[in-house]
Amino acid sequence: MKNIRNFCIIAHIDHGKSTLADRLLQTTGTISDREMQNQALDDMDLERERGITIKSHAIQMNYKHEGQDYILNLIDTPGHVDFSYEVSRSIAACEGALLIVDASQGIEAQTISNLYLAIEHDLEIIPILNKMDLPGAMPEEVSDQIIDLIGCKMEDIIPASGKTGLGVDKILEAVINRIPAPKGDENAPLQAMIFDSVFNPFRGIIAYFRVRNGVLRKGDRVKFFNTGRDYNADEIGILKINPSLHPRNEIKAGDVGYIISGIKQANEVKVGDTITLLENPCLESIKGFEDVKPMVFAGIYPVDTEDYEELRYSMEKLQLNDSSLVFEPESSAALGFGFRCGFLGMLHMEIIQERLEREFNMTVITTVPNVSYYAYMKKNVNDRLIVNNPSELPDPSGMDRIEEPYIKAQVITKSEYVGAIMTLCIEKRGELRNQVYLTQDRVELTFEMPLAEIVFDFYDRLKSVSRGYASFDYHPVGYKESDLVKMDLLLNAEQVDALSALVHRSNAFNLGKKLCLKLKELIPRQQFEIPVQAAIGAKIIARETIKALRKDVTAKCYGGDISRKRKLLEKQKEGKKRMRQVGRVEIPQDAFMAILKLND
Amino acid sequence: MAGIYIHIPFCKKKCTYCDFHFSTTYHVYRTKMIAAICSEIILRKPYLNVDSSNPTIETIYFGGGTPSLLNKKEILTILNLIKENFEIIPNPEITLEANPDDLSIEKLKDFKAVGINRLSIGLQSFREEDLKWMNRAHTAEESFNCIQLAQQIGYDNISIDLIYGLPNLSLAEWEQTVQTAIDLNVQHISAYCLTVEGKTALKKWVDQSKISVANEEQQSEQFELLIEKLEKAQIFQYEISNFSKINLESKHNSSYWKGTYYLGVGPSAHSYNGNTRSWNIANNINYIKAIQNQSVWFETETLSAKDKFNEYLLTGLRMKIGVDLSKLFKIIQAPKSFSEKLNEFINTAWIVQKKEQITLTKEGKLRADYIASELFL
Ligand SMILES: Nc1nc2c(ncn2[C@@H]2O[C@H](COP(=O)(O)OP(=O)(O)O)[C@@H](O)[C@H]2O)c(=O)[nH]1
Ligand code: SF4
Repeated sequence: MKNIRNFCIIAHIDHGKSTLADRLLQTTGTISDREMQNQALDDMDLERERGITIKSHAIQMNYKHEGQDYILNLIDTPGHVDFSYEVSRSIAACEGALLIVDASQGIEAQTISNLYLAIEHDLEIIPILNKMDLPGAMPEEVSDQIIDLIGCKMEDIIPASGKTGLGVDKILEAVINRIPAPKGDENAPLQAMIFDSVFNPFRGIIAYFRVRNGVLRKGDRVKFFNTGRDYNADEIGILKINPSLHPRNEIKAGDVGYIISGIKQANEVKVGDTITLLENPCLESIKGFEDVKPMVFAGIYPVDTEDYEELRYSMEKLQLNDSSLVFEPESSAALGFGFRCGFLGMLHMEIIQERLEREFNMTVITTVPNVSYYAYMKKNVNDRLIVNNPSELPDPSGMDRIEEPYIKAQVITKSEYVGAIMTLCIEKRGELRNQVYLTQDRVELTFEMPLAEIVFDFYDRLKSVSRGYASFDYHPVGYKESDLVKMDLLLNAEQVDALSALVHRSNAFNLGKKLCLKLKELIPRQQFEIPVQAAIGAKIIARETIKALRKDVTAKCYGGDISRKRKLLEKQKEGKKRMRQVGRVEIPQDAFMAILKLND
Repeated sequence: MAGIYIHIPFCKKKCTYCDFHFSTTYHVYRTKMIAAICSEIILRKPYLNVDSSNPTIETIYFGGGTPSLLNKKEILTILNLIKENFEIIPNPEITLEANPDDLSIEKLKDFKAVGINRLSIGLQSFREEDLKWMNRAHTAEESFNCIQLAQQIGYDNISIDLIYGLPNLSLAEWEQTVQTAIDLNVQHISAYCLTVEGKTALKKWVDQSKISVANEEQQSEQFELLIEKLEKAQIFQYEISNFSKINLESKHNSSYWKGTYYLGVGPSAHSYNGNTRSWNIANNINYIKAIQNQSVWFETETLSAKDKFNEYLLTGLRMKIGVDLSKLFKIIQAPKSFSEKLNEFINTAWIVQKKEQITLTKEGKLRADYIASELFL
């Protein structure tokens, strides 16, 4: 055990985590130069394109240092706030963390929140100044930021470059010398924590775990503490690259491994759960387990109503390897049968939508996302109703109050953008809680604001007002009472339930107007004039009109025009097939998300 | 029955709104072009021969470009060649598109002598200012004169082209234009709304806001006025943009909408034989070369049943006689959604159905393309 080191990497997107990780794998010979696929840690298409490690992985490296053989387990962490619980479990599986900071950029919000998590778990932090080869590197300034944050010494910071290989040996040396070896008792009952799981179409669910105490042997009868289920440890082993699974007969305290036990459903394996033995179990589970709850909800409907069953099948398949996706059937007057889905956040929602298209060829209509509200009724003020769909909000007359989830949001930006960001956050009903100058021109702003406001176009707005120089992170801080009203949208005088949203009363008028305008832009002209109205209860607060179809008087059509014209009209027809008919009005898919694009 | 279209890709000068294929520097290869067109007539003879019998030719149409630039000998050469190679009914309709500036007494007499019995005259407008910015080669006065001349010489089947939706054309002025056309006592009128085509001078001017064309409301106002006014003068709309006195519809153009076969020769000409459509390369020089080398000078597309169904709808609905549902369903038995859509249009009074025949109403005619596309398979 004394020759094992478990560590993870904390870095902001694009600061060079993947590149540096590749270097470590190369230097330790875990991956040969020939095998060296760029960015070996990301292996899903989608991940590479987005540059975000969505699913964490673990890799074991062997390294000889001063005549001793070491086992180094690198546990990868996802880089997006939607997956912060997974990050916390990965961190809990380690004794140390590499803090990688781009020397030309400095510290970002995401880095800070993960860093705090690591410090909370008593991890040894090894600060690394990456991309030192860049002419724009500002080692002194960024080092100051790091020292401020973690209170290390200047000499503790390792200058490095994933590009040139600078500092890689020093990093490996620091991993061995500075990160403590795991502690644990091999003779105690088995206690291992699941920090991740993946779905393999041939083998079922593969769970990754870190053994705290005891030994897991192939063929053991194991029990998962929180789900209470038990399985056979059909195959256990360690994780490498090409092939990634290396079977072993036992995994001992301090080490990291995988287990395959014939599990088919992702939701049976919960990240953070404790594995123990059915006979001779440990007394308690490992702390920190949470059942992750979805934060954002939206309806997902098939474009073609006949594809409902196929959509269900696709979603079930997706759920096999994404246990954080939850869904239940719902129906909408406008959209027919579909599912109300819960996501960890906006990115997670986009990923699900994209995977449905890519992996299952399912084009779907996604409705405006919303958060989970609490409605308290007058009849019994302690009776709490959870509202995950705005159209299910009870009648206001019977309601005592509504509460909505709030978050604490951290934004790190350059001082020149502070004004614009404050204006944005206040517009989004945020309240400034704290403002700290990290350096002369880097500021950390802390706001408390409703989560619902993040769901509506916040990221895009933040990006544009800060020209991309703002990083953002948040965590939930509970529910608060809010003056919310349900805003309905009427097309051709018919309410479209899928377009309803809960909005703050003070904002409703403005939002209603913008939304009507946007819908006017997105919905093509039809045979008749279509009034677009926003309403609160029976009161119309905004109105626009989509004019009737233009008269196509220009048409002439001789021998040479027929083919071209036919093709043109066929294309128009094709475009309409992707629309949804609501009442007499045909609505294109993207109109259902109009509220997210008000500022385009 | 079938038709033959001959495309004459020459013009004196380029009109600012036109995106047709033609050349203003044709003098150098004029003879070669006529020779190439003649070769094509022979080479393409089998194209119409799909039902294992050569269909009889009922219409011949010289279009362009500006066919009135041709001389008597050239037209005669082409017509004789057609007669030698195809079976032709007695008294076929032979149309020639002409620009007023070409129509001198001599030319009019020549054309009549070689057998042209229908003129389609590109008047476009009676307003001098329009003709100017359009860069037309004729004046308004030439327009009146040539029509009177043609009538005196004995042409009894004359068509004129008119354009509406022109910049600064008020409804009153348009009404005046239509009245003038009626007073000319022509048999046939084709009227088009000015379209701003890509790669034209007009497009550039519109983009630079140097010229503004009529808006939607003005366009449809003018269109509706046209239909009404002509109808009162006993000139009936038999196709969306074509009007004629009784029984004087253009037989040749009607074949496009009725699905009659036609062979088109000359650069950019299109052909149709029930199963395929083909179109010639549009470039004059490349066309001549390809014919000379007998390499490939046209592309062909084979029509699926669905294509045929859609085309019949598209063209049939443009006609006063409309679409015969039993004929349509012979191509493909339409799905339920078709009759649902059709009923919808009948309910909005854009289509009327009499037995098996469906036709567009007045309101429907204003949305012919949209309705066709909605009914497409
Ligand atoms: N100049 C320079 N560029 C680097 C270095 N490390 C990574 N990059 C580049 O920075 C970008 C982001 O790197 P990547 O490893 O994907 O970052 P990640 O998102 O943190 O995993 C890529 O374009 C890399 O090529 C470095 O040390 N020097
Ligand atoms: S004469 Fe006819 S074909 Fe020639 S440029 Fe003018 S509009 Fe076009």
